[in-house]
Amino acid sequence: MRKEIRLAGFGGQGIGLAGLILGKAFSLYDDLEAVMTQAYGPEARGGASSTNLVVADRPIDYPFVQEADILVTLSQEAYTRFRPEAKPDALVIIDEDLVQPSSQDTCLGIPATKLAEDLGRRIVANVVMLGFFTATAGVIKREAVEKAIESSVRSSVVELNMKAFNTGFEYAHQTEGDL
Amino acid sequence: MTSTGVLVGKHFYQGDEACAEGAIAAGCRFFGGYPITPSTEIAERLARRFPEVGGVFIQMEDEMGSMAAILGASAAGARAMTATSGPGFSLMMENIGLAVMMELPCVVVNVQRGSPSTGLPTLPGQSDVMQARWGTHGDFALAAFSPWSPQEMFDLTVHAFNVADRYRVPVLLMADEVVGHMVERVVVPPEDQIPKWERKRPDPKRKDSFKPFLAEDPDLVPPLAHAGEGYRVHFTGLTHDEQGYPEMDAEIHHRLVTRLVEKISHNAEKIVRTEDHFMEDARIVVIAYGSTARSARRAVKDARREGVPVGFLRLVSLWPFPIKQFREIADQVDAFIVAEMNLGQMALEVERHVRRPVTGVYHAGGAMMPPDRILEAIREVANRGDTHRR
Repeated sequence: MRKEIRLAGFGGQGIGLAGLILGKAFSLYDDLEAVMTQAYGPEARGGASSTNLVVADRPIDYPFVQEADILVTLSQEAYTRFRPEAKPDALVIIDEDLVQPSSQDTCLGIPATKLAEDLGRRIVANVVMLGFFTATAGVIKREAVEKAIESSVRSSVVELNMKAFNTGFEYAHQTEGDL
Repeated sequence: MTSTGVLVGKHFYQGDEACAEGAIAAGCRFFGGYPITPSTEIAERLARRFPEVGGVFIQMEDEMGSMAAILGASAAGARAMTATSGPGFSLMMENIGLAVMMELPCVVVNVQRGSPSTGLPTLPGQSDVMQARWGTHGDFALAAFSPWSPQEMFDLTVHAFNVADRYRVPVLLMADEVVGHMVERVVVPPEDQIPKWERKRPDPKRKDSFKPFLAEDPDLVPPLAHAGEGYRVHFTGLTHDEQGYPEMDAEIHHRLVTRLVEKISHNAEKIVRTEDHFMEDARIVVIAYGSTARSARRAVKDARREGVPVGFLRLVSLWPFPIKQFREIADQVDAFIVAEMNLGQMALEVERHVRRPVTGVYHAGGAMMPPDRILEAIREVANRGDTHRR
């Protein structure tokens, strides 16, 4: 098993932290190998930013994402830039208020930013998205991601982040009929 | 107050962070450096962590000063380190030679980026590996290692300090941007499982007759007295006698330089590390190091699925070159392939030690070599007929 996961959005949406949490979940709190890479340099500034994870049940040789199996996008620019690089049949997850996918693309959508705003902090949209990802992608155990969140954010905001995670996770189940 | 401060357990570390934690675990308590991409995260993490463990972090005016600072700290007894990339590495060359001549242990990390000159600051390269061997002037020997994972950024940083202290030599950690910036699981072992090779220290009973550069033991390493301990020591970059005083004499010079080289070559087996796989039936062997070795291992696995009898040998240490390991396999295989992110540097060394065809898979740097390029080379060599299937 080797899965390539790309999380993308614009700077400030916490894409890097989301990748770090997910990478920890796989490699420290589940029995999988995970490598995280990020684009450095001019290509990483402004516009679309991305965090890339390769996950496998064996040691990972080549650490970069070549054709993503799962693409999570929180901005239109990220979707436009990275959708063509992902597998045609990739699982594509979007913030449905921020991304208008192309008509022939089947995506799973969640209003992650709006749900985060409802929790009082727009900044946790990334973790809402992680909850939705965990519930829909079927690649990582819920407990593993929760432990990774606990060990990655300041103790004063653990509760908020757990609430955000749960919101995204539950949203997937509420809308299961539509998926 | 010093504290061991080792963060025992499983972590999801960037390679540069793992290097900094390896330094702390090794007991390094002095860093003098000048930040440069892609090594900056090493300095950043040590700047944050050293106050917790009683270490000293100094951002120096440049890389020449950085090297000078760590040599001073080393002479005073500290495990000392700096970290840089190509442009800074060039500036450090002069004082790396001074470290060789004064036999002061230190660790220099070079997270290689695309070169020459300022090249590609944020992108990987492996084109400083011959500079590591021959960059400072003169005949000399030192040790250099090439990590291929964040875990090895930790482990080899520890090993680098051990080799430096044990053999009184500068040790270079020749990482690359891919390994420095990628994030992966790193297991930090309990402190009693972290190997520690001590500096050889003088016998206090012989303080009055102590000669700081007299190597009486078969390992050719003289004991190191630290500044302030009351020994009479004299450090100079000039050729010196056993007392450490300058001596402009051909025979003394020849004896000194020969010992500096032989203390590494004679102890090479304890310093050198390699890793190999699938060698039992191998007719072709792929050689690689650092991040390129990850692609090479993938290519070797793919080729074996196609039935090609190919093996994989990774240079964990670059210098001293693992001559013995190569001599052992050189006559058993038909051909070598060397994959590296430069235009053919370690391949020159492989050619020197094997009497078999050596095929290079080279790229000047800027991106990690894709496994497919190495796989194509394996297929070509296999089809060319250097290889005879048994």
